[in-house]
Amino acid sequence: MSSEAVRRTPAPPTGTYIGMPKFAKNAKVQLADQQLRKNLRKATGTIRAKRVDRVAEVPEWEELRLAGEAIKNRTLRHLDTYLVQLEESLVRNGAKVHWARDAAEANAIVVELVKAKGVDEVVKVKSMATQEIDLNEALEEAGIAAWETDLAELIVQLGHDRPSHILVPAIHRNRSEVREIFLREMKLYGTPAPTDLTDEPVVLAAAARTHLREKFLRAKVAISGANFAIAETGTLVVVESEGNGRMCLTLPDTLISVVGIEKTLPTVADLEVFMRLLPRSSTGERMNPYTSMWNGVTPGDGPQEVHVVLIDNGRTKVLADPDGRAALRCIRCSACLNICPVYERVGGHAYGSVYPGPIGAVLTPQLRGTTSDIDKSLPFASTLCGACFEVCPVRIPIPDMLVHMRHKVADEKRHHVGVEQTAIAVAGWALSSSKHFELVQRVAMLAGRVLPGRTHLGPLPWPAAPWTNARDLPMPPTESFRAWWKRTRGESA
Amino acid sequence: MNAREEILNRVRGALGDVVQPDSAVDVPIPWVYGRPTAMPDILERFVEMTVDYKAVVRRVPAAGVPAAVAEMLVAAGVGSAVLPVGLDEAWCAAIAAAGITVHRDEPPLSNKELNAIDAVVTASAVSIAETGTIVLDHADNQGRRALTLVPDTHLVVVRADQVVSDVPEAVGRLAAAVTGGSPLTWISGGSATSDIELIRVEGVHGPRTLLVVLAE
Repeated sequence: MSSEAVRRTPAPPTGTYIGMPKFAKNAKVQLADQQLRKNLRKATGTIRAKRVDRVAEVPEWEELRLAGEAIKNRTLRHLDTYLVQLEESLVRNGAKVHWARDAAEANAIVVELVKAKGVDEVVKVKSMATQEIDLNEALEEAGIAAWETDLAELIVQLGHDRPSHILVPAIHRNRSEVREIFLREMKLYGTPAPTDLTDEPVVLAAAARTHLREKFLRAKVAISGANFAIAETGTLVVVESEGNGRMCLTLPDTLISVVGIEKTLPTVADLEVFMRLLPRSSTGERMNPYTSMWNGVTPGDGPQEVHVVLIDNGRTKVLADPDGRAALRCIRCSACLNICPVYERVGGHAYGSVYPGPIGAVLTPQLRGTTSDIDKSLPFASTLCGACFEVCPVRIPIPDMLVHMRHKVADEKRHHVGVEQTAIAVAGWALSSSKHFELVQRVAMLAGRVLPGRTHLGPLPWPAAPWTNARDLPMPPTESFRAWWKRTRGESA
Repeated sequence: MNAREEILNRVRGALGDVVQPDSAVDVPIPWVYGRPTAMPDILERFVEMTVDYKAVVRRVPAAGVPAAVAEMLVAAGVGSAVLPVGLDEAWCAAIAAAGITVHRDEPPLSNKELNAIDAVVTASAVSIAETGTIVLDHADNQGRRALTLVPDTHLVVVRADQVVSDVPEAVGRLAAAVTGGSPLTWISGGSATSDIELIRVEGVHGPRTLLVVLAE
């Protein structure tokens, strides 16, 4: 019997994020996938255009960004105060608050809570925090089926796949791929897709509605994240489109929300800033179709047992670096992914994290540390073009932070002698005096004379291979500017 | 040390560079809260934006609400409707008189019973012109959250004096309800998704049809 047979939910791909090779290697694999590149180009192009239109409608957009940045900075710089206040408010509202230092602790808490209800399945609202801690697999190991109910998450789950985008996790799939997945998998896990299923998005969405309706109606326990957690009132906020969030937050008897500690906002009034920044930045809409706000238990309305699991899982490490802290301002809108020329070409899977794109490149190595190959390489997965900062609704200086993270990685490497360190040492020597510099120039010009008629050097052998494999190196000129100046104007100068 | 203490200690340890204990002094917010957004005609904008989200909107004088509610339900082919306990009795009477089977949520209907009902009719708390958003605070004339979620058609009545220009004014008006413990549901059009090729598709899990009566 295969291990697949005893699972309750579709098996995700094997292997872990941490075990993935460095970004450049993953990128090469992804770049070879023509379909993926086509899907991504179309999707990111569409959403970029929508965002530009919606942002242009708000004359005070820059003012809003500054306000968003300041509110988040205020919260983060006094997070201990706001967390204690949030906890008090949640308890006052009848919610039970749990704290989790890391993913394992968070998963253990949720598994215990679900087991205590005596159920073997839960419905889930799309949540980055629960993806980050790999909650679904922890539940699966405990014999509990976790059903993703967001359409894109459903596509990813049924496709035995991984998410590749924060907002639209199935952005790498086109309609015909979605149709195939629904036809093949839905019948194995509940209401089958209609046999005459077409690849029209509206038809595919209707199939998801039918497939999930029975799960919503029978679910006893739901699991969510939260976009915002208001310290003043203990209000949790979930921003969504499809109504699957409302289903999960309303119909079951028990609701467990897994919330990163950085999701805290001081006051209800602060929502006037974020409820304008988030929808326009993420889906390019004036407002998302549905937003739910709830205050613990509402007697006679919705879940009567409410738990909130506040997770650290590396966030305090990010907070401890004053130059890296700004990454915690992120509200997961994904505007930086959609604008990024690197993301648009390689897609989300190459980043080896549930947080891909520019924000992932600065957040992931801070959350996880820079010991693995993938985490070391992420700060280099960028051209530093700066577009991500321009679109960020909370003004995270991603390019500056990428450079900061590159320094960190380089400092950690300093102790071993590698090709890069040797090259930097040679460059340091060459630039230390004009005599050294001229000598290097003369050697380089010799190379130019040896290979006449070529404009570019192709890939060079080791040790230059890692650099030249991905870049065209121009031929050194046969004469340097300084030599030319001396030859033509030398006398009069 | 338990997880709570340890996380709070980690946070405090991470913030060694923060010396000003007053968060408001430490980081001023360069923003004036609660300002309206200037627009020529708030109701006009509200209708335009709501229609942009594929909702069906009808403007009627306040006295015409019961008739408009019944007519719109009939036009949408609704055969049964659930009505919150605190809904205006004149609307309830008009709906029943139009031949629509009326269900009251008293005692509370099960999820399965709700799933078999065509429509729900509610009042609302605040609406936002700039974004075409209708906010429910689930007072007695709006009912508990499941009522406005499970049936496939939602008819909502918005009073002209409940419509504000933009999000900041709305949040200001809603603050008391939130502080009082009420849940809020913000609705902008019918349920929708853009998860397949980022093409917007109306109608997933929430009500696929949104009917709006604007009472002036």
